[in-house]
Amino acid sequence: MSAAVDAAAFDVGTLAQTRARGRVRRLSVAGGLGVGVLAVFALSLMVGAAVISLPDVLSTLAGQGSRNTNYVVLELRLPRALAATLVGLAFGLSGAVFQNLLRNPLASPDVIGISTGASAAAVLGIVGLGLTGLAISGFALAGALGTAALMYAIAWRNGVSGYRLILVGIGLSALLLSVVSYFMTSAQVTNAQDALLWISGSLSGRNWNQVVPLLLSLVVLVPVTMVLGRVLGVLGLGDDTARGLGVPVDGVRLGLIVAAVALAGVATAATGPIAFVALLAGPIGRGLARDGGPALLPSALVGALIVLVADFLAQHTPFLPNLPVGVLTGAVGAPYLLWQLARTNSGGQGG
Amino acid sequence: MTGLLDPPPGARPARTPAPVRMLGLVVAAVVLVAVAVASVMVGAKEIPISTVLDAFLHFDPTNNDHLFVRVERAPRTVIGLLAGAALGLAGCIMQALARNPLADPGILGVNAGAALFIVVGINFFSLTALTGYVWFGFLGAALASVLVYGVSALGREGATPIKLALAGAAANAAFVSLTTGVLLTSTDAFEQFRFWQVGSLAGRQWDVVVSVLPFLSVGILIALCSGGLLNTLTLGDDLAKALGQNVARARVVSGVAVVLLCGAATAAVGPIAFVGLAVPHVARMITGPDNRRLLPYSLLLAPILVLGADVLGRIIARPGEVQVGILTAAIGAPIFIALVRGRKVAQL
Repeated sequence: MSAAVDAAAFDVGTLAQTRARGRVRRLSVAGGLGVGVLAVFALSLMVGAAVISLPDVLSTLAGQGSRNTNYVVLELRLPRALAATLVGLAFGLSGAVFQNLLRNPLASPDVIGISTGASAAAVLGIVGLGLTGLAISGFALAGALGTAALMYAIAWRNGVSGYRLILVGIGLSALLLSVVSYFMTSAQVTNAQDALLWISGSLSGRNWNQVVPLLLSLVVLVPVTMVLGRVLGVLGLGDDTARGLGVPVDGVRLGLIVAAVALAGVATAATGPIAFVALLAGPIGRGLARDGGPALLPSALVGALIVLVADFLAQHTPFLPNLPVGVLTGAVGAPYLLWQLARTNSGGQGG
Repeated sequence: MTGLLDPPPGARPARTPAPVRMLGLVVAAVVLVAVAVASVMVGAKEIPISTVLDAFLHFDPTNNDHLFVRVERAPRTVIGLLAGAALGLAGCIMQALARNPLADPGILGVNAGAALFIVVGINFFSLTALTGYVWFGFLGAALASVLVYGVSALGREGATPIKLALAGAAANAAFVSLTTGVLLTSTDAFEQFRFWQVGSLAGRQWDVVVSVLPFLSVGILIALCSGGLLNTLTLGDDLAKALGQNVARARVVSGVAVVLLCGAATAAVGPIAFVGLAVPHVARMITGPDNRRLLPYSLLLAPILVLGADVLGRIIARPGEVQVGILTAAIGAPIFIALVRGRKVAQL
């Protein structure tokens, strides 16, 4: 009798310990990534044609700067660094939501057609209509949202199954990619190269005009996604189980899809579809968190870190022409993911 | 022993009974022949069927039409057939290997590896001839596959599907980044590459056929024999091992087929999108999940799509043409979407 009670007490003890360890790990992963993001963010404010020391940067941010530092930090470097952080967060979060929701590590807005929709609309704008600046952003956002709506409508048959959504997504993606290819081959080579630049995603010349709408959208979208995302773990048990546990499955899934598409859409509108961030951030985030959960926060932070580091390298690597950031995100994120996969030893932890 | 090679437990049995399935293969073969004949006849200059036959049976070297058929149209058609078959089979194998409906040469880095090497060839080695592309493309596809497989094979449990998929996606990202980097810095390379990148059959002559034929025939042969192996892989590693299958060897054998098929096909016609991804899904709707039945269907359906798109591309933009890579998706995607929507999809 007393032995049984002891065993029960011991079990409760180990459970509490395990939970505490999980909490510590989650906090330290998120904290570590947060510090990393802050460090690279600070570096991007300091380094450039003129190096500004950290105290000067901080005093400028506090409103005590000289005219020079005000211009360089507040008008040039801060909007660009903010844009990098925000689109990184948005793409990372959006990709993690899609991958968890569709239970497929390859599902991300890049692969299932959302970004392709934005690209097709933007390339149509650039090559077909000769648009520039904010008009392209509007086109891109409309393209992303329209593609997602179409995808959902086509896949709807008494509810939406993840498998059919993926297949419809790749179908639409291929169709839209052929539109992009058609414009890319039929246009003048310089126009086509402009379009390639946009498709690759670029942060150069971002100013407050792009950053403010992006920031406002994320202030709404990120908390909504995080709250809805709390049920991703339950959804992973299967629709029937989730319904049995009282989750309104179709409503939550639609909400999550809308949030994730909107995140990818506003980010794409601001900077172009910065390649591979959404695809790579999720697996890296889950590999770091290692709790078997959706790992939304780590994925979002990894996304921000990838874009910040890629943009820093794009701007400041000697002997490298000034490449758009989207060219380097793949080169920054992919080797890390490959390394992470190669050193993973126990089952299932790579994903 | 045959019990091991049966479709995975729990998978729904094929809806289609065996005689209908055989009939389906015959119909597909007939359609394929019709499309191939159309591909020799149709284009900027229509060539009647009698002239086409004469060109092969009573060849007259002074007749321009005969020359055109033998030097331009025939090799182009053969390349379309070969590349289509290769892409369809490679798609089947990759979806089974990665146990993922999104797997295809385009997403898992093989095409991107080929593309990177070709861009490097154009930019740094002044590559211009298509036969030169073949070797660079082949090398790139092979290295990409070895990298993807090598990375996912490290670690105790070996190359699990999820690690293959992620390593493929990561490799793809890295290669595309590097390729875009080179292209944005060189307008000349971009001008040459953007047409290759879309995927085209135009201007492929017998020298291209000859240089890829050995790889493709070996690859197609391995692929067609690998249905049973792929079925065991789709059981899942634990079950397959418990049944005494050598999972790692099955992966390597089918991986070799993928390298041969994708490398040679991509080198010959460029990275034609969508065929490898969609055709296996369509074939699976006919056959159910058994790879032994799936592979022959993909072998026939994929070249129908590729050649059909090529013929249409020559008709709609006469006297020019629209590249086949644009039209495979433009024709294939609506059909694919309608099929996906219309009936219950056979899962992997």
